[in-house]
Amino acid sequence: MLELRKITGAYGPVKAVDEVSLSVAAGEILGLMGRNGAGKTTLLKTIMGLVPKRTGSLLLEGEELIGLPAHAIPRRGIAYVPQGRRLFSELTVAENLRMGLLVKDAPQAEAERVLDLFPILRERLSQAAGTLSGGEQQMVAVARALCAQPKVLLLDEPSEGLIPAVTHRILDTVAALRERGVAILLVEQQVKSALRICDRIALIENGTIQHEAPARDLAADPVPLERYIGVHR
Amino acid sequence: MITGPALLLALLEGSVGAAVLALTALGLSLVFGVMRVINIAHGEFVMLGAVVAWWCSADLLGAHPLLGFLVALAVAPLIVGAIALAADWLVLRRISYDPERTIVATMGLLYIIQQGVLMSYGPDARPLDPPIYFRVQFPGFGYSGYKLIVAGLALLLLAATWLLLARTRIGLYMRATRLDSETAQAFGVPVKRVYAIVFALGAMLAALSGVLIAPIRGAHYLMGADPLLLSFIVVIVGGLGNLRGTLLAAACIGIGEGMISVLFSPTLSKIIATLLVAAVLVVRPGGLARGATP
Ligand SMILES: Nc1ncnc2c1ncn2[C@@H]1O[C@H](COP(=O)(O)OP(=O)(O)OP(=O)(O)O)[C@@H](O)[C@H]1O
Ligand SMILES: [Mg+2]
Repeated sequence: MLELRKITGAYGPVKAVDEVSLSVAAGEILGLMGRNGAGKTTLLKTIMGLVPKRTGSLLLEGEELIGLPAHAIPRRGIAYVPQGRRLFSELTVAENLRMGLLVKDAPQAEAERVLDLFPILRERLSQAAGTLSGGEQQMVAVARALCAQPKVLLLDEPSEGLIPAVTHRILDTVAALRERGVAILLVEQQVKSALRICDRIALIENGTIQHEAPARDLAADPVPLERYIGVHR
Repeated sequence: MITGPALLLALLEGSVGAAVLALTALGLSLVFGVMRVINIAHGEFVMLGAVVAWWCSADLLGAHPLLGFLVALAVAPLIVGAIALAADWLVLRRISYDPERTIVATMGLLYIIQQGVLMSYGPDARPLDPPIYFRVQFPGFGYSGYKLIVAGLALLLLAATWLLLARTRIGLYMRATRLDSETAQAFGVPVKRVYAIVFALGAMLAALSGVLIAPIRGAHYLMGADPLLLSFIVVIVGGLGNLRGTLLAAACIGIGEGMISVLFSPTLSKIIATLLVAAVLVVRPGGLARGATP
């Protein structure tokens, strides 16, 4: 579905992402893990066209996306849940979702379908997004992205700063999207959660992919995890 | 001794001024809020609106001044909006809307517009006939009907702008861009196009207020300074880029300014307004109003 070939992303002279090659298939969850500053966020931003300098090849169902302006990328079918949620805080929840719907001019019915995944948000629709709790805000961030009817979903640490119960709920919802054939690239810092829901995991350090393996293998042999993100058992 | 009628007159004058000021300041506030651009040339867009109004009234010779005024209301925002689009494309976009460099750039734009008008229109302050002339009788004094129409039109235009922001797709895009331009891009918002539209819209609002005040104050190539200063005061007092605050501040400052001008002196009103800004900046650096927009 989405294929990265030697993708490089740089803010200035320093390449924060350096010749990364990865692919995510429809209905698959690829986990991306690495230490702080490893380049996870930059990789997602590079895919979204939000990093000033990017080179390499980025293919969505075989179509090249490098060279498109950033605002043209979501319409092709890639949706983004940014780190720290980045809701339009003074807009209402409904308006935040509308921002997702407008990507593909989807009807309100699409929002209703998405709201079925997060029914609590129905009571919050007319509230300013910034006034919601952290968990609810993360739900809005995921829902907003889903309203764009993505083929590929990029999530940057959706569990950051949330209690385990809420994390669980959100990640389960994300995992259920597999059935719809969405390709998912998930940045997740909690090893347990990542091993639970990802199919494969890529480990990134200094902007390059150091190791890539099925989650099952990493669960059986955690040496690479210890090496690249420093987990102890 | 301030009498009842004098007070009412001052209040009327203040309200008319407030409505027009709100229109001018809303444009400045929008541009600052969405683009983070401090547009020093904003007052020149007001002046251009007034000059176009003079041209329409003078060149449609023989026609009723009302016709010239209506033509100006339609044409001035188009001309000035086009100038703003050109400035956005030729200058602001090329310096990446950098907040500091755009100050210098819009200052340059101010001089270009001013000198351009000086060379073509001349240095004279030229009066315009009011498009319609009638007086409304209040207890103790008669008041210009045209001024009441000005206030009404200004309020109508404010409401239209508000609807645009609150109800339309482009309005939603403007508000989203104001809050987080990068995330807006990630949701398909062509941010540069939004900037161009906002800059043009801000200029059009200024031009419209220029057309509205032309029959009251005339048209002169230096008349942009006053609206610029007052709009800045309003935008700062209202909380930078906060549209609701801008309208609130325009109402307070416009009415206050008008009343003090009528009852005491225009200079005193400017002094007080400037002191007010200083006080607000010290006490509430975020502006008087806070919270949700549009
Ligand atoms: N806007 C920016 N301008 C310049 N350098 C940046 C910018 N954003 C990130 N960087 C640099 O790029 C590198 C990668 O940062 P990035 O945010 O991608 O890391 P990350 O893996 O997402 O970290 P975290 O786990 O803390 O979210 C870091 O060295 C960072 O300092
Ligand atoms: Mg990050």
